[in-house]
Amino acid sequence: MDLTKDYKIIGMTNSELQTLINSWNFEVEFSEAESQFLNITVKPENLHQLGLQLKSNKETSFDFLFCVTGMDWGTDLGVVYHLESTTHRHQIVVKVKTSDRENPTFDSVCDIWYTAEFHEMEVFDFFGIKFNNHPNLKRLFMPLDWVGYPLRKDYVDEVNMVIK
Amino acid sequence: MGIEKNELVNDFPGQIIPGGNGGNITITTLDKVINWGRSNSLWSLYFGTSCCAIEMMQTGAARHDYSRFGFEVARPSPRQADLIIIAGTIVNKMAPVLRRLYDQMAEPKYVIAMGACAISGGPFYYNTYSVVKGADHVIPVDVYVPGCPPRPEALLEGMMMLQEKIRTESMKHKVNPIDGFDQGL
Repeated sequence: MDLTKDYKIIGMTNSELQTLINSWNFEVEFSEAESQFLNITVKPENLHQLGLQLKSNKETSFDFLFCVTGMDWGTDLGVVYHLESTTHRHQIVVKVKTSDRENPTFDSVCDIWYTAEFHEMEVFDFFGIKFNNHPNLKRLFMPLDWVGYPLRKDYVDEVNMVIK
Repeated sequence: MGIEKNELVNDFPGQIIPGGNGGNITITTLDKVINWGRSNSLWSLYFGTSCCAIEMMQTGAARHDYSRFGFEVARPSPRQADLIIIAGTIVNKMAPVLRRLYDQMAEPKYVIAMGACAISGGPFYYNTYSVVKGADHVIPVDVYVPGCPPRPEALLEGMMMLQEKIRTESMKHKVNPIDGFDQGL
């Protein structure tokens, strides 16, 4: 294997990625503000389709999900996926959000990137975000009988927390 | 002939009087001599839950080396330890484990709370659902070493303060710090 050749591969630029993903018609929003990555915000119903396309397309080939983050933006709950291609070495961020705080639900992507299975368990544990088609969605770090989702901004715990 | 006074060990708690013909007379009390032995062979338990553990390892490593003061080795089993240095944050899930380790140690046993987290929760005092606000909610603590994390010199100072405390103890008036602890006495 010629490593020097591999290191020269930098993949697609952010604007090339944007042009390509725009041509797929997933109704996504693009942003590069305050970020080293190209951020795309996708509607929850298109998330799984977009994920499949991002991974299977030969030009993008995002086969490595290196970070899954649960987020509480105050009003919206959401999940942020950081993706990388191990062949092209380009990276991208996919965001998905919902204003439903009672029953926030997204499609699981653990059938596309297997690593998402544990990451989604963690997001469920701390934010109460549910994932459709997840094989084993349960609490990961908190005790199984814990009530509430402690990393939500509106979380209250009068027993354990000293509020400042 | 005979041995000059305190020639063998200069911190022996008592007097050695040369008796002539190789026989010497030692004057001390049992309390003093037993405490002298105990305070100079304190074995600590491996217990580090976060970054203070790195400083604790450094205190045991070559540059600071707590073996010089009688903390000869650290033990991986509570059954063989006299001392537990709480080096790090105690979370609600860890608290019962810490209590069990303490209960498994043979008496007499001692506790040093090292660093801000073990003393009061430290940087995690406010707005956290998971951190115990001080290890003294779980087990009785003998010495508190402040710092975030404390330098090895500070931990050594705390450990030597514990040795001084042990030297004041008496077999006749034994105090077990866990007695009445859960009742808040």
